[in-house]
Amino acid sequence: MSNTSFVRKDMLPPAPPPVSQTGAVKWLRENLFAGPLNSALTVLGFGFAIWLIQAATPWLLHSVWVADSQNECRAIVQERWGPDATGACWAIIRARWHQFLFGFYPIDEYWRLFVTFAGLLLAILPVLATSLPRKLLWGSVLYPLVAFWLLWGGSVWGPILTLAGFALWAGVFLALQVRLGVVVAAGVGLVAASVFWIYAVEPIETGLQSVLPLALPEVDSDQFGGFLLALVIGVTAIVISLPLGILLALGRQSDMLIVKSLSVGFIEFIRGVPLITLLFTASLLLQYFLPSDTKFDLILRVVILVTFFSAAYIAEVIRGGLAALPRGQYEAADALGLDYWQAQRLIIMPQALKISIPGIVSTFIGLFKDTTLVAFVGLMDPLKGISTAVRADIAWKGIYWEPYIFVAVIFFIFNFSMSRYSMYLERKLKRDHR
Amino acid sequence: MKKSVFFGSLVMAGLVAGVAGASTLDDVKARGELICGVNPGLTGFAAPDANGNYQGFDVAVCKAVAAAVLGDPMKVKYVPLTGETRFTGLASGEVDMLSRNSTWTFSRDTELALEFVAVNYYDGQGFMVNKNLGVSSAKELDGATVCIQTGTTTELNLADYFKANNMEYTPVNVADDSEGQQKFLAGACDAYTTDASGLAASRATMPNADEIVILPEIISKEPLGPAVRQGDDNWGDVVRWSFYALVAAEEYGVTKANLEEVAATTKNPEIRRLLGLEGDMGAKIGLDDEFAKRAILAVGNYGEVFEANIGTSTSIGLARGLNAQWTQGGLMYAPPFR
Repeated sequence: MSNTSFVRKDMLPPAPPPVSQTGAVKWLRENLFAGPLNSALTVLGFGFAIWLIQAATPWLLHSVWVADSQNECRAIVQERWGPDATGACWAIIRARWHQFLFGFYPIDEYWRLFVTFAGLLLAILPVLATSLPRKLLWGSVLYPLVAFWLLWGGSVWGPILTLAGFALWAGVFLALQVRLGVVVAAGVGLVAASVFWIYAVEPIETGLQSVLPLALPEVDSDQFGGFLLALVIGVTAIVISLPLGILLALGRQSDMLIVKSLSVGFIEFIRGVPLITLLFTASLLLQYFLPSDTKFDLILRVVILVTFFSAAYIAEVIRGGLAALPRGQYEAADALGLDYWQAQRLIIMPQALKISIPGIVSTFIGLFKDTTLVAFVGLMDPLKGISTAVRADIAWKGIYWEPYIFVAVIFFIFNFSMSRYSMYLERKLKRDHR
Repeated sequence: MKKSVFFGSLVMAGLVAGVAGASTLDDVKARGELICGVNPGLTGFAAPDANGNYQGFDVAVCKAVAAAVLGDPMKVKYVPLTGETRFTGLASGEVDMLSRNSTWTFSRDTELALEFVAVNYYDGQGFMVNKNLGVSSAKELDGATVCIQTGTTTELNLADYFKANNMEYTPVNVADDSEGQQKFLAGACDAYTTDASGLAASRATMPNADEIVILPEIISKEPLGPAVRQGDDNWGDVVRWSFYALVAAEEYGVTKANLEEVAATTKNPEIRRLLGLEGDMGAKIGLDDEFAKRAILAVGNYGEVFEANIGTSTSIGLARGLNAQWTQGGLMYAPPFR
């Protein structure tokens, strides 16, 4: 029995994996040198990165922050780093940062911008973070009127009466909704509110203003510029175009012929025309159709058309979300006895919107960047309008990269935050079907 | 340029629809504010300063008109207009007048239905090269690469000039002046061409200004001037004579500083008419007789405006050249005030 064949009693310790399958070497092989093409691209990519860093680093290291003109910047750089040195001249940003951010808004009134911006953050918090009490959303709803008053100034009664018009609309809607249905009640409410806005607001405002004058100094639209302008146009268009886009998407799916053809016509017309054409329409053509003494605010005209533009795109993005919903969801809603608007609100839209989040957010990011196009109708956008105006100062003429880099960094911060938020939202709302 | 055809037709549409309103002079008086279309940023001619106030040679014309019509040079609303929107903006009534370095050409005067009331700056297209290129005349630029702003008349002038002189060139297209300057400095092109006033301003800010020369040839005529809508002749007269008041003031030696003194002492009937001491010049264009006096007091005479904004005392350093008074061998020549 002793002459038994060898039996292993204990396990061999596991051998370490081969060098090529572990650690940095594996990572490099898999990610950077997986094949001839990959290796070549890696080498090229690194070469380019090194060249870029090598070219930009001295320029960035030799930055000058305090100077009164570009020539002074150059003199400082040459004095410190030798006659051939080049350096970034951030002094232009130091001297004109307020114009890049706020345009020509009166400096004494800057506090209003800070309050408005802080208010914007407060107002979007309850929208973004669902853990906060839902009642705070009423604050977000009121915010646009407060912001409008803060930014443009004037009598406080204007926004309050505008709000009263909305209250009238809501009152009429609630009173008639049961008898006439959602659409007709909303329509009647809109007519009532419009009559109020057009005929009643001005006399009442004048009256109230004489009794209790509460007003901020007025700021004209042509003093808006820079990122203030980009944010005013971008945020307004984003906020209005989402509900408008939802309505258009629903209209496009509707069985009612007129609603459907109007929605399709609107969406296809707006999407078929470049934004720049719409901007020229806003700035030039509209003036022809109005009496020559009316001055319809240019920013308002631009905001309206940018909103239309973005609403058409949002409508198509949401239609994609609607199309992705299984038929069973609609049928389940019908089976529960929900009417059309209840079904949309409780079952269809929450799912369709969730699916559409990436598309909606990229539309918004695109829209925010597109606000720089308003430079072509003479508005002072941060990228071209303000840069051109600042460079026209003989002290800063010929300065090239610095304003672009400054503006690009700020745009990146805004857009990257939007993109990150959308990814967070997607993860949070994920109800995995996989 | 196809663009100009498109905008031209817009302008025509505007004229059919728009001009029915009241006279511009009445509108401006009723509004209490002059709306003036200006360049959003052109060194020395029009640009907002660090406080957001528009300054410059073209802006001074707006101020002079506002002072003449409304009595206050500050009552101007400046509307920045881009190259694309300027003429339509004027035609549609968005602005009352344009003082935006616009070249007076046949087609703009006729087809676009503008009325150029005067020329406030005689410009022309020139070339800028580096000294070490060894070129002393534009005729030697055969085979050169030339930085040129796309979509402008300078592009067409350049093509015409090289064709006429039987030379070849390679265009390097740039979008605007700052890019042109940057490309030229980086050596992307041998020569940079744009209006001579722009070249001089660019050269003044270059680190190696001593090594840069502006070639003597001027290859185009660019008479720049304020413009108004055709068909409102009285308003055109107001703008024209508000400007000529500045030119005449320089000719007769009336400055912002000595105006009151001259007014008190002068016997010269022409000066007395200019300053509203004799005759009823203002009444003939719907203003009071002191309109010219107010314009001069607001911005100074033509020479003062020139020196303060673009002249040799500024860092832009333009010489008067063609823009000197006719008595000094230039082209500035105000018709008689009588």
